[in-house]
Amino acid sequence: MLNFFLLILIYSGIYALMAIGQNVITGYGGMLSLTQAGFFAIGSYATAILTTQAGWSFWATLPVAFLISALFGLAIGLPTLRLKGDYLAIATLGFGEIVRNVLNNWDSLTNGPMGIQRIPMPVILGYTINPYKKYAFLVMVIVFVIIAYILFQRLARSRMGRALAAVREDEIAAQSMGINITKYKVYAFILGASVAGIAGSLQAAFTLSVTPGTYTFMVSVMVLCMVVLGGMGNFKASILGAFIIQFISYFPQLTGLSSVIPPQFKQILFGLILVVMMIWRPQGILGREATRYRKRAVSTTGGEQ
Amino acid sequence: MGIAEFFQHLMNGLTLGGIYALIALGYTMVYGILKFINFAHGDILMAGAYIGLFVFDGLRGDAPLGTWTMIAFFLAMLISMGFSAILGMSIERIAYKPLRGATRLAPLLSAIGVSFILSNSAAWAFGTHSRKFNYPFDNTPVHIGDVVITPHQILILSVSLIMMIILKLFIDKTRMGKAMRATSLDQGTAMLMGINVNRVISMTFAIGSALAAVGGILIALDFKVYATMGTMTGLKAFVAAVVGGIGNISGAMFGGILLGLLETFGVAIFGIPTGLKDTIAFGVLILILLIKPEGLFGKVEKEKV
Repeated sequence: MLNFFLLILIYSGIYALMAIGQNVITGYGGMLSLTQAGFFAIGSYATAILTTQAGWSFWATLPVAFLISALFGLAIGLPTLRLKGDYLAIATLGFGEIVRNVLNNWDSLTNGPMGIQRIPMPVILGYTINPYKKYAFLVMVIVFVIIAYILFQRLARSRMGRALAAVREDEIAAQSMGINITKYKVYAFILGASVAGIAGSLQAAFTLSVTPGTYTFMVSVMVLCMVVLGGMGNFKASILGAFIIQFISYFPQLTGLSSVIPPQFKQILFGLILVVMMIWRPQGILGREATRYRKRAVSTTGGEQ
Repeated sequence: MGIAEFFQHLMNGLTLGGIYALIALGYTMVYGILKFINFAHGDILMAGAYIGLFVFDGLRGDAPLGTWTMIAFFLAMLISMGFSAILGMSIERIAYKPLRGATRLAPLLSAIGVSFILSNSAAWAFGTHSRKFNYPFDNTPVHIGDVVITPHQILILSVSLIMMIILKLFIDKTRMGKAMRATSLDQGTAMLMGINVNRVISMTFAIGSALAAVGGILIALDFKVYATMGTMTGLKAFVAAVVGGIGNISGAMFGGILLGLLETFGVAIFGIPTGLKDTIAFGVLILILLIKPEGLFGKVEKEKV
């Protein structure tokens, strides 16, 4: 039972990373991307392939997973982000399907539907983080979530965060204020993609095997649900959303009712959450985080701060 | 490639394209009026196919192939069209109507939710296995020269052609069609002219869903009926709608046929592996979005403040 609880916490952490990325794209940028699963898969496979075939350590694969996901984010973002939101949703959905399609068919690199097994466990300072003994792994995931949270929180309060908020509220107004809207949208997209890539690496190190079947559209919808449920434009809410959704999806096993509750129960519930939240509480549980700025003495001599 | 082979691929492409076109019409009509992508459209197709299957099997009983099975098939198609129309209208009423005037993201998210609810409810109620939809006629191929044509292909071509002609006449000649065109041009003005915009929107969903049901049944004869059958087909039909210029009804018909041809010839001529066949549609989508985002027949919309 405790073990199971830890498992849920670890998955919540991994998904919280993806939800944070989704929140940058959807919550701050106002763009509907449906491809976190695609970047998640890219990160996982980067780690899986480099550790098993090139003998790299887990830590060395992290920046690679980060960079590859970011590159794909750029590649898919540049053509599609110049367009209206609805196209983006479909194009990104298509991208996620293409990734899975390629992983399934590129046998020489990804071993097709069989996936890659026997991924080595991460080692830090001579200590092996064994995913079967879940505590150490949980600590590692939590560290990652905290780092991502702090970085993204700072980012949201930077020039970029404000620019994105302006773009989200009114593109034309933002543009006439001199904000390069495509640039900031692409930035947000790359950031969202790369953090999902990191989440993918963690996933590979946790399950020690990867198969294309893990990275379905369902994952992208789950992540979207987390952001919507918690509250768009609020990183704390994304993490909270990740925990709630993970608990819901493991609820049948947790209560021992998995024989009574149909396996589709959680997906139906996710769908309901999206519809119901949109109709009755579009701002999510926590709502958008109001940015407060510290009062400072107004400098009359100018200068940037 | 010989001339016979060419005509063979042409025939296969046209039939596939006919189905895409039927489904694409639903996307394009809804987009034309509400300016949003009905993500649940593919799942309405699935629901239509299930209803068609149940009604057909029920009516047919153990009857041998013959006139009665054909009558039963068309009755099943009509009943399924009616059911899907009601389903489409109810979805609009429950999940989209409260969100008119909300942010652009809201109806999209709600639609994804509806799509998830529909496909997973179907998997729960009818099981995850796929069911065979028996041909209502003897599907022995006919040889015309070296070209092989199945009666099923003839059925697809004639049914989709008839449906498209009826739709075109309805939109161009009837009062309701005129109201639809007016609403899609300018909702506010249409309302001022005494058009019941709510009824027009309901009607749009009804027609689009009925056409999707026809598409679903036609495709089910070849590819069986299962809970997620609408996802890929729906996506491709959407691509077809975008290619033709979303919101443009003739464009959707043309886009559907074009995509069907591209898929068959892409595999036949360019040697794209069949495993990656689904990627063609998304390649086309991204290409179109890059070169001519308004689609082949779409009009460029200038964004105004």
